[in-house]
Amino acid sequence: MAWVMICFPLIMAALTAVIPSNRTRPWLLPVTAVVHLALVVFVLSRPDLMTTATWLVLDPPGRIVLLVVSTLFFFCSFYAAGYLQYRQERPNRVFCACMQAFLGIMNLVVWSHHLGLMWVAIEATTLATAPLIYFNHTQRSIEATWKYLIVGSVGIALALLGTFFLAYASLQGGLESTMTFESLLQHASQLSKPWLRAAFILLLVGYGTKMGLAPMHTWKPEAYGEAPGVVGAMLAGGVTSCAFLAILRIYNICLAAGEHIYTSRLLIFMGLFSMAVAGLFMVGQRDFKRMLAYSSVEHMGILALGLGIGGPALFGTMLHIITNGMTKGVLFLSAGNIHRAYGSKSLDQVYGAIRKVPLSGSLFLAGFLAITGSPPFGPFISEFAILNGAFGAGRFVAAGLFLFLLLVVFIGMGSTVLQVVQGTPSPEIAAKPYRESILTAAPVVAMMAIVLLTGLYIPAPLSTLINDAVAFLECR
Amino acid sequence: MTNLLNAVLVLLLVMNLAALGTSRILAVTHIVAAQGVLLGLIPLLVHEHLSITVALTVIAAVFIKAVVIPAIIIRALRDAQIKREVQPLIGLLPSIILGAIATAFALLFAGQLPLAEDHEGTLIVPTAISTVFVGFIFLVTRYKAISQVIGYLILENGIFIFGMLLIEAMPLVVELGVLLDLFVGIFVACIIINHINQAFSSMDTRKLVSLKE
Repeated sequence: MAWVMICFPLIMAALTAVIPSNRTRPWLLPVTAVVHLALVVFVLSRPDLMTTATWLVLDPPGRIVLLVVSTLFFFCSFYAAGYLQYRQERPNRVFCACMQAFLGIMNLVVWSHHLGLMWVAIEATTLATAPLIYFNHTQRSIEATWKYLIVGSVGIALALLGTFFLAYASLQGGLESTMTFESLLQHASQLSKPWLRAAFILLLVGYGTKMGLAPMHTWKPEAYGEAPGVVGAMLAGGVTSCAFLAILRIYNICLAAGEHIYTSRLLIFMGLFSMAVAGLFMVGQRDFKRMLAYSSVEHMGILALGLGIGGPALFGTMLHIITNGMTKGVLFLSAGNIHRAYGSKSLDQVYGAIRKVPLSGSLFLAGFLAITGSPPFGPFISEFAILNGAFGAGRFVAAGLFLFLLLVVFIGMGSTVLQVVQGTPSPEIAAKPYRESILTAAPVVAMMAIVLLTGLYIPAPLSTLINDAVAFLECR
Repeated sequence: MTNLLNAVLVLLLVMNLAALGTSRILAVTHIVAAQGVLLGLIPLLVHEHLSITVALTVIAAVFIKAVVIPAIIIRALRDAQIKREVQPLIGLLPSIILGAIATAFALLFAGQLPLAEDHEGTLIVPTAISTVFVGFIFLVTRYKAISQVIGYLILENGIFIFGMLLIEAMPLVVELGVLLDLFVGIFVACIIINHINQAFSSMDTRKLVSLKE
């Protein structure tokens, strides 16, 4: 089953690459997405399919990330089909093929239970997404792609060194050197401590680069700013969740080895630092897509913080992977619509979006309220659970800073978002013909509905998934 | 065996410094390719009995690091018609000194980490860390996009040296996956370099500033 889920998108990618018509090609994306989502739902309902004889195992945190990635891709694929109809002037062969290959590789990240294999898969996501960022072929997009590729590859290279250090920790601890998570977890207490600590730092920096934790976030504003909105959504909700999954697994090993004080101190510091950097750069941001990139940095910070606090905050952290992924989808896709309607992403030209594109404008506003943690949306529940956990764990300073930084971000992001949606669009923009189509609007509405639903009520299967993941992370 | 191994490792360290002190990019590429060949010698010296999978991995690694990637880089150099790194951020001599300091630091740092019995007395860990540092110096101080690619390659070489300690634990699939990622990564980077060159009529990454904050 694992192989089907990984290979199916890759085969579809190859198939896409041989279809000659620019117009029909994008329609394979929704086909892949529907089949894949069906497969995910099927696997999640059948626990016996989650383990294989090889290194492919679907652990409880992996299930959550798999669900997020597949759902996000489902909505993005319909949007992409609509988006590529607008952009018929650009060849989309590479775009469609890379998009599906990217889904297959993310599946490999989620399923792989071997440190080395997981590394290979995460590096491959960098390579598969570079052409997606380069889609517009402008000077600015070349620059963004170059930064993404170099910063991402170097960061990931450090994670490889960390992977080797971790393997050496088991060799030094007198064990047969191994790199599967099961055996590392089982023998965690025998791992050599100095190597384990060095490995954790390298892995945190390496996969943290991929997640976009500050100060390794420098590729993010460029890449998210220049990539098409649909790519931004997949990067902010998919790749970052996969990288966080890698950190979760390493964290789990460190916890089992009794190093939780060391790891949680580092994670809390990185989390709060990322939130602070994001808050600083968000205030007075004139480019609304770059603002979304900093919002992503902030939320990666929240995930790292939640993980660092651990224990009572883990439920919120796991839920935040889902709510953040979905809300980022809403924001990036609606921002993409606004960008297209105005032909600009600077506040100098973009104002009055709620009049020019009423649906996307209001979804952008609603997405902003959701992501900054306003009730009754999903992120409110997850952020509140993390805050509650922080107080419960007695981390009063971290909790206080968390609240303060959330407020800074709310103000910074709010001033930009309100400028985008309010006002009256200038006459030449108002005269520009642009109508929202069902394909680029309906997926955003549906995702917004999910964000709202998770805020009001968490269905029982979902809470079982999250509780399983929490129990797994606490080594119970 | 250990003496011979250490001699090879010291040679690798000298090559790092030589690469830092060379301004002609073609010459740097040759140094890095030679490093790739030397890397292939290390497993022969670390492990007395080589299994077939290990031998296969090493052959693949040498082929990619010493032949394929340098060929891609040289092609990109020819297409872009550039010869040397004209103005690095810091001069060549200071960067050699920086490299030497990094090597000394790597030796000190590696002394702090406990080693398994078989690996006592070898310079594998300090050489690996120092090569990673030199890769970083390259990435940070050179402006030509192609020099940054070479820096990334040096950094990967450093990690590969460390991987020699674990060559038996690393399954063949994973080793080959790592090499494939490296190859594709550099291939994609060289394609983008070509586009940078066409769009900006230069390979200088200082021209990539329109997205600065």
